[in-house]
Amino acid sequence: MIAQGSWVTIERVVLEASARALNLPDETRVTPLRMWVKGTLLAEAAIGEKVSVITVTGRREHGTLLEVNPTYTVDYGSYIPELRQIGEQVKARLWGGAKE
Amino acid sequence: MSKDMSYEAVLARRGEIMKSSLGIDYASYESGSIAFDYEGMMSFGNFSLSDVTRIQNAGDVGRAPLIELHNLSKLARMVAPPGKGARILIKDEACNPSGSFKDRRASVSCYHAREVGYRGVMAATSGNYGAAVASQAARYGLDCIIVQECYDSRHVGQPEILEKARKCEALGAEVVQLTVGPELFYVFLSLLEETGYMNASLYTPFGIVGIETLGFEIATEVQKRYGKHPEVVVCTHAGGGNVTGTARGLQKAGATNTLVVGASVDLTGLHMASDTHFNQKSFTTGHTGFGVPFATNPDRTDTPRSAGRPLRYMDRYVLITQGEVFYITEALAVLEGLERGPAGNTSLAAAFALAKELEEDAIIVVQETEYTGAGKHPQAQLSFARANGIDVRFGNPADSVPGKSIILPEKPEQVTAVNQDLQRMRRSLIRNKVQGFSRQAITEEDILFLMAETKSDRQFVTGCLEELV
Repeated sequence: MIAQGSWVTIERVVLEASARALNLPDETRVTPLRMWVKGTLLAEAAIGEKVSVITVTGRREHGTLLEVNPTYTVDYGSYIPELRQIGEQVKARLWGGAKE
Repeated sequence: MSKDMSYEAVLARRGEIMKSSLGIDYASYESGSIAFDYEGMMSFGNFSLSDVTRIQNAGDVGRAPLIELHNLSKLARMVAPPGKGARILIKDEACNPSGSFKDRRASVSCYHAREVGYRGVMAATSGNYGAAVASQAARYGLDCIIVQECYDSRHVGQPEILEKARKCEALGAEVVQLTVGPELFYVFLSLLEETGYMNASLYTPFGIVGIETLGFEIATEVQKRYGKHPEVVVCTHAGGGNVTGTARGLQKAGATNTLVVGASVDLTGLHMASDTHFNQKSFTTGHTGFGVPFATNPDRTDTPRSAGRPLRYMDRYVLITQGEVFYITEALAVLEGLERGPAGNTSLAAAFALAKELEEDAIIVVQETEYTGAGKHPQAQLSFARANGIDVRFGNPADSVPGKSIILPEKPEQVTAVNQDLQRMRRSLIRNKVQGFSRQAITEEDILFLMAETKSDRQFVTGCLEELV
């Protein structure tokens, strides 16, 4: 169980697929419009349960409890050897040769 | 009784929500016909250039260093025809508090929000503007909500947008994240209504006058240092505000002969509302998906009238490929010692290509850089592209297909800015404006308005009208 007062992410479907705008590409129209918000959990609950939270701006939001203490996983990705090659090439062109 | 919060009901209340969240009576600038009083709208709030400068100086926004890129200029000269290869200068806007020129746009909105008494500000943005609004809101003691289009339906987020969410939260903002789709506007309107916050849109007059200082600084600094105004200023173009504000600032500094070039990343063929195309892009802004529709139909923004009207100011519009921007980003790092974000280097890649056309003593200014870091980095973007099935390889960038391949140039000679047909875009704007009007209903005021909207003469406008109406 996740304790009341924990910092959590919740998820909610804002628009079901059937209620979406008409001018969407097909691949988008078949999916619901989903929303994720973070906040302080108002009552003890388990992951997957319907809960309410208070967000940073003091708003009350409701949705499905997804994660507790959500962190940031964005990174620099895998190494891209081509970038080093570009760097070596432009340095060689600039510092290694006369005007062509 | 509580309000009807259904999609249809909220959109039907759009007018009143906009009015109370912007405080601008857009109807007062309308002529009732095609024309509207653009300059009248731009003077809303009476922010003169010196007022904006004062607000920004007090908030440590603007006055970013203008750096001559000696080594990159030399490289351009090496690959240019004899006598060609302009001096490339860059305005290092990454030095702003939140890491991009967008702080300039946010500064006036947040100042105004506090003056008027709004408790908070909101913006719908997946880009640097979110961090800028969060940063300025923090300084003014305002609450802040940023609404992002962030994930595809698999809950896979674009790395750059995830980084922006992190930064907004680091600066104290609430971030509301959504899957792909234009109904983001519905969520945005609902939240504006719920909170009573100000809509710190990119497209209000505040969002544009905030950038005029950038154009003004460029003109005056180049004049002071080199004894002339720059021949060319290149602006990354997406929603139109950057081009508009910069060009207006250049004009206010008297740099009326400086050519204003818009540059976008070519993402032709990718649909902006497509769940599957969403994560096939390595650029989340500054691309043709915004650049073309917002130029030819500026009022499709989240305000009744957009203050960003790029075809009024753009002298030339060029496209550059994703691979070329990554190439130049790497070159900027290893040749100039400036590690900056790729999206902000769209205009630099274009400037490198354009420098090859200009005389050696000409000056071409790139008017922005942006911060870089996890997610907002060529390595993060290129490995994400590979993970999404994009073919990343060396070759001829002209062969790249957005959503399928990213082709890194094999040599600097291949970096090319591809001209877009501005006349065609101007005609397209006129077509959008005259829809539903008969030739008799179009007034002299409308013709003058369309001339200004398209930076064209009477002959061009009347020619288009004969063809279209």
